[in-house]
Amino acid sequence: MDGAVSGLSEATAGDFVRLLKPRVMSLVVFTAFVGLIAAPATLNPFIALIAIAAIAVGAGASGALNMWYDADIDAVMTRTATRPVPSGRVSAGEALSFGLVLSALSVMTLGVLVNWLAAALLAFTIFFYAVVYTMWLKRSTPQNIVIGGAAGALPPVIGWAAATGAVSLESIVLFMIIFLWTPPHFWALALFKSGDYERAGIPMLPNVAGEAATKRQIFAYSIPLAAVGMAPWAMGFAGPLYGIVAAALGAGFVWYAYRVLRMPQSDRAMKPAKQLFGFSLLYLFGIFAVLMADIMLSRFGATGF
Amino acid sequence: MAEQDFVTLTEKQKKARRSRSIAIGIALAVMVVIFYVATIAKFGPAILDRPM
Repeated sequence: MDGAVSGLSEATAGDFVRLLKPRVMSLVVFTAFVGLIAAPATLNPFIALIAIAAIAVGAGASGALNMWYDADIDAVMTRTATRPVPSGRVSAGEALSFGLVLSALSVMTLGVLVNWLAAALLAFTIFFYAVVYTMWLKRSTPQNIVIGGAAGALPPVIGWAAATGAVSLESIVLFMIIFLWTPPHFWALALFKSGDYERAGIPMLPNVAGEAATKRQIFAYSIPLAAVGMAPWAMGFAGPLYGIVAAALGAGFVWYAYRVLRMPQSDRAMKPAKQLFGFSLLYLFGIFAVLMADIMLSRFGATGF
Repeated sequence: MAEQDFVTLTEKQKKARRSRSIAIGIALAVMVVIFYVATIAKFGPAILDRPM
């Protein structure tokens, strides 16, 4: 008898953890944490920890909802075919209820124990990712990841709101860094995985507008990204250490994007695109890590530690 | 009288169920700790500061 029909599940706890997209979650935790640390307010460390945990669970919940809705397309893409729902270990209904319960729990916890602005932003992020991006944009427009990227860019804003109870220009700058980073990051992936997206019928830029247009778009985004990356220093909420590293990382990003732009149509190995994809991960991690280091150094320096 | 329809779990299903049960147990325990710690943190030092 089929396990899913009889209700006899073979899903382990690990399968449910995989529904939370742990690798995406780690980036969310990290950027939310930097947003929380960078904010000019000190939260009780226990409450800060709880805020980060709630944001992480909320992000995981949106991942589970995404895997519930996208099981059909995940099944035909090599990168995602072994996910718990398409591989049959977790039923679609289980993924849906898991996602809904964790969404409610994380938003309520953040609201009750931290503040309701942060909770509202988390709820909006989950809604935006699961409904606006997954259910609507992903299958209908090549601008899917541009607009959907807003969901991935919100965690530092939530972290900042958790600490201060407000949304500020500084937190919007952090939002813009991730927002502008998302399209070139995913389009670099889409370039060398375009066959996958084509098979799944997802309108990614390379198979809708063509590779040449995608390369131009990637390069076009890399320049404002490098510029916005400098904004925390220019606005004065990060110091020269951040400014120098952000300039170097931004220049690196533009350089890798330029290599993708120059990549000949005949190049099927697409090494520049793979390198840009790898560098983009390093870029985002580096920007937020150095911002955190810079702010902590100046804060400890100022208080005489 | 109709025979009772027993369901026998396979070893794999038993192992999976045990793994899920432990995870749910841990998750509940973590929730309890979170709300306990948050309550204490929100009370603050003022909790010790009351007339007897």
